[in-house]
Amino acid sequence: MQPLLEMRSITKTFPGVKALDEVNLTVMPGEIHALVGENGAGKSTLMKVLSGVYPAGSYEGEIHYDGKLAQFRTIRESESVGIIIIHQELALIPLLSIAENLFLGNERAAAGIVDWHETFAQTERHLARVGLSEPPSRLVGKIGVGKQQLVEIAKALAKDVRLLILDEPTAALQENDSQKLLDLLLELKSHGVTSIIISHKLNEVRRVADRVTVLRDGTTVATMDARSEAISEERIIRDMVGRDMAHRYPERERNIGNVILEVKDWNVWHPEQTERQIIKSAGFTVRAGEIVGVAGLMGSGRTELAMSLFGRSYGRNISGSVTMDGRPVDVSDVRRAVAAGIAYVTEDRKELGLILEEPIARNITLANLEAISTGGILNKAEESQVAERYRQAMRIRTPGVFQKVVNLSGGNQQKVVLSKWLFADPRVLILDEPTRGIDVGAKFEIYNIMNELVAQGRGVVMISSEMPELLGMCDRIYVMNEGRIVGELSAAEASQERIMAHILRN
Amino acid sequence: MAHSTETAVAPAPKGIGAYLGSHLREYGMLLALLLIMIFFQIVTGGTLLKPVNITNLFLQNSYIIIMALGMLLVIVAGHIDLSVGSVAAFVGAVSAVLTLNVGLPIYLVMPICLVVGMVIGAAQGYWIAYWRIPSFIVTLAGMLVFRGLTLWLLGGQNVGPFPKSFQSLSTGFIPDLFGVGKPNVTAIALVAAASAALIWQALKARRRNAAYGIQQEPPAMFALRNAFVVGALLFVGIQLAYFRGLPNVLMVMSVLIVAYAFFTENTVVGRRIYAIGGNLKASRLSGINADRLTFLTFVNMGALAALAGMIVTARLNSATPKAGVGFELDVIAAVFIGGASMSGGVGKIVGVVVGAFIMGVMNNGMSIMGIGIDYQQVIKGLVLLAAVIFDVYNKSKQG
Repeated sequence: MQPLLEMRSITKTFPGVKALDEVNLTVMPGEIHALVGENGAGKSTLMKVLSGVYPAGSYEGEIHYDGKLAQFRTIRESESVGIIIIHQELALIPLLSIAENLFLGNERAAAGIVDWHETFAQTERHLARVGLSEPPSRLVGKIGVGKQQLVEIAKALAKDVRLLILDEPTAALQENDSQKLLDLLLELKSHGVTSIIISHKLNEVRRVADRVTVLRDGTTVATMDARSEAISEERIIRDMVGRDMAHRYPERERNIGNVILEVKDWNVWHPEQTERQIIKSAGFTVRAGEIVGVAGLMGSGRTELAMSLFGRSYGRNISGSVTMDGRPVDVSDVRRAVAAGIAYVTEDRKELGLILEEPIARNITLANLEAISTGGILNKAEESQVAERYRQAMRIRTPGVFQKVVNLSGGNQQKVVLSKWLFADPRVLILDEPTRGIDVGAKFEIYNIMNELVAQGRGVVMISSEMPELLGMCDRIYVMNEGRIVGELSAAEASQERIMAHILRN
Repeated sequence: MAHSTETAVAPAPKGIGAYLGSHLREYGMLLALLLIMIFFQIVTGGTLLKPVNITNLFLQNSYIIIMALGMLLVIVAGHIDLSVGSVAAFVGAVSAVLTLNVGLPIYLVMPICLVVGMVIGAAQGYWIAYWRIPSFIVTLAGMLVFRGLTLWLLGGQNVGPFPKSFQSLSTGFIPDLFGVGKPNVTAIALVAAASAALIWQALKARRRNAAYGIQQEPPAMFALRNAFVVGALLFVGIQLAYFRGLPNVLMVMSVLIVAYAFFTENTVVGRRIYAIGGNLKASRLSGINADRLTFLTFVNMGALAALAGMIVTARLNSATPKAGVGFELDVIAAVFIGGASMSGGVGKIVGVVVGAFIMGVMNNGMSIMGIGIDYQQVIKGLVLLAAVIFDVYNKSKQG
């Protein structure tokens, strides 16, 4: 049989990074093909190459679709031959009706005048196919995420889809909605629709997929046939994470003391979608002199956990207890959380961490202006001394502390954020992706700073998507998945395979 | 990495030319003001800087500057207040009713009016800060509401005249304590004292900065700038002394300018207002109560609009339904010409004062020349646009 899609030796380079390196992917007509891999393995890039987001010519290799060489320059071109992607972030417009969304950019119209009768009639037919019983005039914002996902699929059907690509379709769904969606995929398959499903959930992959392709670091590791042999989860996990641990981490003398921070039964709901629980009964401890890692995939709730703890900066209906040194503390706003001895260093430096147009000195003192003022009057001389002290201690590379932060490199900006929170003198620092977007040399310096912090008897929580970094730095690692803490591993027992296994089996 | 720069804490000053080049924005507007003044001094045949006209300049612009001080805080916090003209008119009307209908003395009318202004500011700030309603909309509504209330309160009539005590708020002068009269020795003494204090403060700050290795302007620039400022002060003071002395309004305005300059640059609360305008989310995550600060900037704006309203009323010697029409635009223009950023977080009191005087001198000079109001509007509009373009260009050049 001739494959529906054949991607041959696809190589895609961004400045300084090879995102895809000779990737091959073959999809047979009428199959459900699963694409798995870690964050950053290249799955999304590959799909963007396929759909024309990265136009023909911007990558090397060939795409053969339906037996012919395909060179898509826009999404419109790939959609015209029936290749349709449904992204994790749904692309629906909440204030338009289901029918309007279904035919957005594909309107049933003659000479620019919309034929509403035809629009509604066709919408009803497509909704019936995906098993959604909502009136076509309903606003999309008024229906749940699960149903929105079905509307997306109906929208694909309205465009005569032949190859449907779903990027983590069940990530935001409840269990029963996920099941319905997977059933629908099997149903569509029986009507001849071919699908590619990107997923982190191996049980789902096993349930619906005919074949599985594993990507790692921008290369194809393996394609396995799920019809002739049962896919071994261990095999997939090993293929996914099997990179070498060549990175180096500074040595540290471990000197771990008593429990400082303890969080129990922490529950958080989504700020807008009130029925969605984001953090489910999470609990953890941090000891003096300890670096605790939090592993998990994107969307597992790590940042939400940290931000909700830090003065309820995320979510609503937050419940649970927080103790410092055994005494309950109030963390109901940022001021109180800081006073209790907690600091949160955000993953999004530019949006949430820094005032880019202000000088380094003013950024460093911002969270603790009390310390450089008397009676509400700033002592600017003291401020510049403080800033100068941190500039030297943190080795912030700048001509002076009155330089605007926007002019610094990523690593130096991160050091400014760290300085800001160190100046607030916390007992426990929560570092959210502290080395994201930082070059290797600066990473090593950030690791050194972390080691110095715990040497001073503070506790550090490190949230990271880079597993080697967690394994290299942490004394203990918690694994989060779908808002729960699903595992706790000591440094000795932790390995990438074990962490992945915890994530994928829950 | 660039470890060579690591030791260079404060690069040695490279001379005035290079320094001016890198600080073009800060001195550019001052230079523009100077040029505009020289231009009008020449084309008006010396009328611009005559004692009586200088006095007029202050009287005409005092309320714009006073409101611009509050508007700077509002704009730095990332908002806008379109209602100030209407609020000033409304408070003027209230002061007229209290003085003329109720018969209260000025020392009661003033505080009551300031409180009315603060309540109005609070009423608008509440929706902006705690309900996150865009300030543009809330204060646009306020602009209509308080214009309407002014009309209602005055019954569509001009109300006046006021007793002397109230008028002195705007048209009064500091009496000559030494009894000489002309020239007014008190005025000269006060200006001389202010100049001395200014130089002493500047020297103190410079010495302290040097001790901490903070980068500063080259010595020649420092001397030149201070000589210019003190020279201007003394010149204005002596000119005024040969007319009627220092206007009360000038004193109020000067005290407020100094107080707000200090507040914005040297206090914790001032610093935090800049922070929320610079990055609201980061400020919240740094433990700053952004909502309360936003609320307070509007309360403050209300109080200053009230003060301006009383001064305008005293100057016109009547409360009129048309008072303060278009003030908000002059005030906002002064703040932007003075270098504030539309997106918040940037702007200085000194800049605002310079910005207001640029507008003021142009108004005054063009009126003396007899240029029609039609051309005046066009020219003012173009100056505002040019100032902001200059700003944006400067910024993009810095990269």
